[in-house]
Amino acid sequence: MFLLVVAFMVSCLVLLATVLILIRMASPKRKPTSTVRVLSVAGSGGHTTEMIRLLKSLPVKFRPTSYVVANTDLMSKNKIKTFEEGRSSKLDDDYNIHVIPRSREVAQSWLTTCYTTSLAIIFAFPIVWRTKPDLVLVNGPGTCIPICFVSILFDIFGLHRSEIIFVESICRVDRLSMSGKILYHLASKFYVHWPELKAAYPRAIYLGGRVV
Amino acid sequence: MEKSVFVTVGTTSFDDLIEAISSKEATLALLKKGYGSLLMQYGRGKEVDLNEKLSLPIKVDAYKYKSSIHEDIINADLIISHAGAGSCLEVLGAGKKLLVVVNEKLMDNHQFELARKLHHDKHLLYCTCSTLVETITNLDLSSLQPLPEPKTELWADDITAHFGLSYAKR
Repeated sequence: MFLLVVAFMVSCLVLLATVLILIRMASPKRKPTSTVRVLSVAGSGGHTTEMIRLLKSLPVKFRPTSYVVANTDLMSKNKIKTFEEGRSSKLDDDYNIHVIPRSREVAQSWLTTCYTTSLAIIFAFPIVWRTKPDLVLVNGPGTCIPICFVSILFDIFGLHRSEIIFVESICRVDRLSMSGKILYHLASKFYVHWPELKAAYPRAIYLGGRVV
Repeated sequence: MEKSVFVTVGTTSFDDLIEAISSKEATLALLKKGYGSLLMQYGRGKEVDLNEKLSLPIKVDAYKYKSSIHEDIINADLIISHAGAGSCLEVLGAGKKLLVVVNEKLMDNHQFELARKLHHDKHLLYCTCSTLVETITNLDLSSLQPLPEPKTELWADDITAHFGLSYAKR
């Protein structure tokens, strides 16, 4: 009897979440503003290098930029500092780096990943709440999942609306990354660098060449 | 004027490549192709004992890391690299000729996807450690095409329009 009640409640919650997601996908765009607050998720390997190339190309109105970095990722922190300190100092912008527990190490078991990702989600709540981004810019590292999850949750419950822009890593030619597969239908815009991926994922945007 | 080769493994460890390229056979093959010097950046791998390399037919030098390998890339006539995306794009972005050596012990690494695609599109040559000497012996860099510039500006325009901002370049 108890199990039946729990199953019923879980089903109601899933149904409610699905309805809210559908409403969110169908609802009109955010009202225009003069600046766009950016929350950018860095990642080990080439992710941060690619991310910096993206951020470099955005006009001045895409400020301030806040960064999320996994706690084990020192190289990204340094790359970001070097990038931000080299930027135009005409504007009095501070950039911020927020640290979050790493969601998943390479080859970590999926069972322990559930635990580490849940922990990262808890850390993601205050980050997204404090930064209130208009744009959540992600390019595939596992660290982006907790941030995107919380952004979507805030959106669904009317707490804060942000848009997720996903740019898949340039290394992904034939198959999407795990984060890409998860966010393919949830991102406002989803970019790929290669025609092979565009062919396999029609909702993706291919600009005729690599983006970075 | 002698041509030079620069070998880079980025932040990885790729001892098989370092051993293979600084072997007697490989350096002889490089010499026959007009390459008189070899500079190796060996990353996290085993330290290279340059004394062991003195008997080789070409000049050999090596180092672990540098804050930027850009200058070594620019000064080389041929770059031999691991399949790392960052290395590939840095070399091709500098307009240099690139031979990628795939680490067979990491074949499931997704970075290999990019090297394979770039090879398919004729931007680089690739081989494995076991086929390195043969590849150098038959080296033909003339068929390689330059890598087109990225469309980052186009992406930035798309995002700017999406957020309804008038485009104001920084």
